[in-house]
Amino acid sequence: MDNLADIASLLNSTFRISTPLVFAAMAGLFAERSGVIDFGLEGKMLAAAFVAAVGSYFFGSPWMGLLLAILACVSLSMLHGFASVTHKGDQVVSCVAINILMIGLTTALAAAWFGQAGLTPTLTSDQRFLEITLPFADALQDVPIIGLIYSDIISGHYIFVYIAYLSVPIVFWIVFKTSFGLRLRAVGENPSAVDTAGINVFSMRYKALMVNGVLIAFAGAHLSTAVNANFFREMSAGRGYLALAALIFGKWHPKTALIACLLFGFTDALQIRLQGVELPMIGTIPVQLIQAIPYILTVVLLAGFVGKAIAPNAIGQPYIKER
Amino acid sequence: MVSPILELKDINKSFGHVHANKNINLQINKGTIHGIIGENGAGKSTLMSIVFGLYQTDSGTIKINGKEIKLKSPRDSILSGIGMVHQHFMLVENFSVLENIILGFEGELVFGKNLEKAKKDLKNLCDTYKLNIDLESTISDLSVGFRQRVEILKSLYRGAEILILDEPTGVLTPQEVDELFKILRSLKEEGKTIVLITHKLNEIMDLTSEVSVMRQGEMVGHKKTESTNKEDLAEMMVGRSVLLRINKSATKPGNAVFSVRDLVVKDDLDVTRVKNVNLDIHEGEILGLAGVTGNGQTELLEALSGIRKIESGKIQLFNETISNKNNFFDPKLLKEKGLAHVPEDRQRMGLVTDFKAYENLIFGYHHQEPFSKSSVLKEKEILSFSKKVMEEYDVRPRSPNLITSNFSGGNQQKIILSRELNENPKVLLVGQPTRGVDIGAIEFIHQRLIDMRDKGAAILLVSVELEEVLSLSDRIVVMFDGNIVGEKINKDVTDRELGLLMAGVA
Repeated sequence: MDNLADIASLLNSTFRISTPLVFAAMAGLFAERSGVIDFGLEGKMLAAAFVAAVGSYFFGSPWMGLLLAILACVSLSMLHGFASVTHKGDQVVSCVAINILMIGLTTALAAAWFGQAGLTPTLTSDQRFLEITLPFADALQDVPIIGLIYSDIISGHYIFVYIAYLSVPIVFWIVFKTSFGLRLRAVGENPSAVDTAGINVFSMRYKALMVNGVLIAFAGAHLSTAVNANFFREMSAGRGYLALAALIFGKWHPKTALIACLLFGFTDALQIRLQGVELPMIGTIPVQLIQAIPYILTVVLLAGFVGKAIAPNAIGQPYIKER
Repeated sequence: MVSPILELKDINKSFGHVHANKNINLQINKGTIHGIIGENGAGKSTLMSIVFGLYQTDSGTIKINGKEIKLKSPRDSILSGIGMVHQHFMLVENFSVLENIILGFEGELVFGKNLEKAKKDLKNLCDTYKLNIDLESTISDLSVGFRQRVEILKSLYRGAEILILDEPTGVLTPQEVDELFKILRSLKEEGKTIVLITHKLNEIMDLTSEVSVMRQGEMVGHKKTESTNKEDLAEMMVGRSVLLRINKSATKPGNAVFSVRDLVVKDDLDVTRVKNVNLDIHEGEILGLAGVTGNGQTELLEALSGIRKIESGKIQLFNETISNKNNFFDPKLLKEKGLAHVPEDRQRMGLVTDFKAYENLIFGYHHQEPFSKSSVLKEKEILSFSKKVMEEYDVRPRSPNLITSNFSGGNQQKIILSRELNENPKVLLVGQPTRGVDIGAIEFIHQRLIDMRDKGAAILLVSVELEEVLSLSDRIVVMFDGNIVGEKINKDVTDRELGLLMAGVA
């Protein structure tokens, strides 16, 4: 039974670790399906984490923190849109600017407000989100299999974990079953076709970026007001990039992107568990190598191991009417 | 008394310094097919883009059914009953036909009842006009002809009473053109109004009842089609009289100097595009290669000109193997052997469009005297050479220092031709020499090719313009699905026969 419990706890951490990736991948999906590259998921996640932590601290409510994080991320998305949609600037450059700006700004503001470079005060338990025990989780604890799955894997997560996995079918539904989704996909494939169908290309891309801002805010808030009780410097730790990799690896499709996120989450959970564990035949694997597993996996997968990922046709191209 | 459904009055539109439309007046009568003809850059497409709401006028008024309206976006135009089939189709390639058609006019937030209704309405429209389209198929699986029908269906579904078609036949086979014309005639029968933008005089004579001619942004005349002829229209378009059929003497072909045996070529996606092709080109002849775009001509031309590896077979120039499976001569070496290449895609392959004209005029020959010495370019010589050839080839404007992208398509093509022909090549490979080139320049380019032939050059002419192949070639081969499916002596063949070969039917 010890092995089963190990597996359960491994899966439990997989879901938790994948959560910010899932939010970020879904956020990226909206932007990129509309034809706007979003390399700035990383910076926005960092901004959200900072604003959520600070907001919760000042207003005493994590919900207030989340709301402010959403506002911050939507503003950053709009900034990205203003530079790259309205003014047709280079989308990657705009994203890199956001990423670098956020690393510096969060550190500097933390220093100015709290006197500690890149650190916000620890949140009390009513200033942060707590783990939710689902109904009957305790009662079912001892039922074989079901207890393991329900009580040990599904129950006991932060609210963001549930929202994240619920968001995937919703995103799927919006993208493939609504007229908004049809227009979203069209504008990323052939903006001229959308323009000549009497739809404003620019406003479609702004709408997509707005949804993008909301979703990425959840990822940041999850980091600083749920799994951790404060913000620390560069706490997003490359998750934005990893999510983008998952999105590409998942071919810009919500279902496959989810699987990619879970795969990345799983390798991360695995590396945490493997640290210091002695494996038969091999012995102890150096920590550095184990920690590198998710990144090695990313490189291998993206290096074409999974076949050619076909991006939305018009991605990265500002829309200019023919002349 | 016929009433005008669309009236344009004193329309003006400028882009920067270019006055694309000057005081345009136009009346289009209900239930007619109205042709608008003019050279590239004459302002036809701009005018129709204004009517479709893509551009806004600087001044002037637009009336539909006698009522003045403002068209601020394509949506306004669509709602006023105007539909447009663009030259480059406005379709999302990985969407289904249905998705493309309802885009922007879904009528509901979440797909459901209206989608079902749309399907039914579309089936009815397909039946009425015999469009024969499967709504569920993906655009990328459809042939060009069918994609065009989807565009027509899209406009009809959105309630078009006036249908504008911009150069609709450029990419079609003769049979597809026939089908299209049938559809257009049946639309007219149903009372729709059709505006046909073209530079092909045959189509105007075939289809329209009225025709308006544009030249350099101005409307130079309106005619009833029955009271005019091709020569008159051509003269109005160009502003001087033009030769529509080239004068050429009978040919005296010499030895085969360029030969291709069992050639197989793959494209970048590893798909075999040229399958076992055999060709011989003789001194003093033009061999025309006809075919619909995408049947392997591009890959064939690339292989012959030394820019694409071949899978098997061999290519020989003056009995020397220049390409086989393991090894191929690069374009530089081929140039030295007397082979010149005018590539199909002039802006991607033939020119560096951001460079100045004089730079493009010497590329590929820049390392030779007199253009350079000890690897240093000799600007004075280059400029005087450039001025000379620009004069000789009538490149306008004659400014060697102008950035190449600022020249019109025809003049860009003349830059390439003057570069490639200046060395008097013995073998000349030409791809789509007059694509996007206006009538005046076409006449010039054709004459130059004939002159080269008369000087004894062996010329391979690859073109999707059947008329061009027919008017220049001495011998014609047709390519379909990577194979040469027929060879004809030009004087004994009709365009009907060639059309069937091009469609892979005969």
